[in-house]
Amino acid sequence: MNKYITAIFFIVFSSQVMAASKTSPELAKYVAYTDISDQASLQRGAKYFVNYCLGCHSLEHASYERTGRDIGLTNDLIEKNLIFTKNKITDKIISAMDQQEAEQWLLAKPPDLTLVARARGTDWVYSYLMTFYKDENRPTGVNNWRYPNTAMPHVLLSLQGMQAANFVNTTDEDGITRKEIQSLSLIQDGSLTSQEYSIAVQDITNFLSYTAEPMQLERKSIGFWVLLFFIIFGLLGYFLKREFWKDLH
Amino acid sequence: MSSKLQGLLGWIDARFPLLKVWEEHFAKYYAPKNFNFWYFFGSLALVVLVIQIFTGIFLTMHYKPDANLAFASIEYIMRDVEFGWLIRYMHATGASAFFVVIYLHMFRALLYGSFKKPRELLWLFGMVIYVVLMAEAFMGYLLPWGQMSYWGAQVIVNLFSTIPYVGEDLAIWIRGDFAVSDSTLTRFFAFHVFLVFLHIVSLHAVGSNNPDGIEIKENKNADGVPLDGIPFHPYYTVKDIVGLAVFLFFFSLVVFYMPELGGYFLEHSNFIPANPLVTPDHIAPLWYFTPFYSILRAIPDTGGGAFAMLLALGILFFLPWIDQNPIKSIRYRSVLFKVNLFVFVLSFFVLGWLGMRAPVPVYSEMALRFSELYFLYFVILWFLSRPRPKLISYIYFVSLLGVITLYDFIRVSEDTQVLVLIGWLLPFFFLAFMFLLPMFANISEDKTVPERLT
Repeated sequence: MNKYITAIFFIVFSSQVMAASKTSPELAKYVAYTDISDQASLQRGAKYFVNYCLGCHSLEHASYERTGRDIGLTNDLIEKNLIFTKNKITDKIISAMDQQEAEQWLLAKPPDLTLVARARGTDWVYSYLMTFYKDENRPTGVNNWRYPNTAMPHVLLSLQGMQAANFVNTTDEDGITRKEIQSLSLIQDGSLTSQEYSIAVQDITNFLSYTAEPMQLERKSIGFWVLLFFIIFGLLGYFLKREFWKDLH
Repeated sequence: MSSKLQGLLGWIDARFPLLKVWEEHFAKYYAPKNFNFWYFFGSLALVVLVIQIFTGIFLTMHYKPDANLAFASIEYIMRDVEFGWLIRYMHATGASAFFVVIYLHMFRALLYGSFKKPRELLWLFGMVIYVVLMAEAFMGYLLPWGQMSYWGAQVIVNLFSTIPYVGEDLAIWIRGDFAVSDSTLTRFFAFHVFLVFLHIVSLHAVGSNNPDGIEIKENKNADGVPLDGIPFHPYYTVKDIVGLAVFLFFFSLVVFYMPELGGYFLEHSNFIPANPLVTPDHIAPLWYFTPFYSILRAIPDTGGGAFAMLLALGILFFLPWIDQNPIKSIRYRSVLFKVNLFVFVLSFFVLGWLGMRAPVPVYSEMALRFSELYFLYFVILWFLSRPRPKLISYIYFVSLLGVITLYDFIRVSEDTQVLVLIGWLLPFFFLAFMFLLPMFANISEDKTVPERLT
């Protein structure tokens, strides 16, 4: 029995290690620490979202009311601080920008972000927002390490300041030399220190992690009791079985 | 029992054979007394089926089979329907759990020869259910209308277009459009709901096999009760309750704590709505299809690949006639049989793993080699049906290796020769072990089967 279980686990985990090893080790250092039970962080994340993201991106599966309730805000606070449009509190969180026009301006429709943390992973979201750097060849003047040639401008530029990329030349197996990013360094200060900025991006990531799966906390707290039930049920079942099988042989 | 209840039972029994059904299938259904771990998965498959039907019914109440609404309706279920997330996760986890249970159930049949006489028909029914289940899972996976749903369906339906002459028209007929679209979604939804009723097939006629592979019905006492049999109820009903509790524990662990199971049960890119204009970098079906998907990709020619994939599935139907060795259980079979089965299971896992990866050359070569091992399992199983003279062993070795080597010569090129040569060693060693080694070591001999269960 144990052999089979070990074999199954080996296969599952070895493939995950393979999947993780694709990104460069330097980039992989950008790791998000999310905790959606931290309501203060979620509230800050929501604030940043409506201030910096909602201009273009929607959360079309999430409503103001439910979101506010889950992150610990009263309806009054939401209406005063989070809703800048004519939307009602029961509406979904939809950007005011016209999608067709956005595509003309930016060459890409800004995707809906409700599920981005599930589709791409929280580390991806965090590292994407952390790794904009100056690139005069791009129409927006910036490029992105995590998602090269992204159409999105660096909307958090005023907070983070401008970064520049330090390149190294690497030669691969086929003898082709490429310029690869080694690290990023700040060349122009923003209004936040780099530590404060990192925390702000963690907050945004945390908020998007919440919107991707709002019932996470409920799921885990119910799960505990369900598992406990099956342990007790299984134990009772085992003793019942032993009692019945006693008179065999 | 109170007299009122007895009266009611009597009333029903006069109109419907309730007592007879109960006795035939539970109280006087004699099962072998030595069932082990592998025998839990039959009843568990039934449990998962019930979970799927019930959660499925609730999902259809809120799901909208429309290309513009489907994705959002799933998110509506996840957020705004009371406990909708639980129902949805149970249904999604249930689909994967179904395959876990069914694969283990089938592996049990391979271990103990449960498909052999008189259970050939039982095996065939089971295979039909397995294929129906695959169709069911495939259609169900289209319904969330995410990127992987869409492109996975595109790939699979395109397989039909490799059929000569009628393929293109057939694929259009299945999709109801020139690409996967709203009409494909709505018809898949309709079939997905309907097929559930076809699952219900009775399998209780010949009685159960057991880990010793000895027919308990051949040793009966004066009353006609098998000496090594025990009534299914209460003995196995109480035992299955323990199995059920353990299974549901792990099932809940996934549902409540890791519903995506690292992308194996719910793929990450399926949280992006289907977009016919953007093809994902890498299209992978869910894990339970990946072994067959690997075999499909192992052969560069699409038609040949599709044929190999169908053969890989179809050959399982003929298992009762391929393995004609009268000994059922692995306990009394030769070392060769055990190694063959082990290599087969290993190939299935490796092919499954490769099916999730992008097809870089090394992986493609591995996929081809392990596909060869997959098919060799059946050839060797047939070979081991009875003792064979040495000459036949040589002929098998030379001709099988010859066919494989010939195919390698056709496909090899300057760039791939090292890879092909290294890969070639895999079938070479396996065939040498199976056909040449038995002449020097005593590993082909089966053991004597005892009269009664041990």
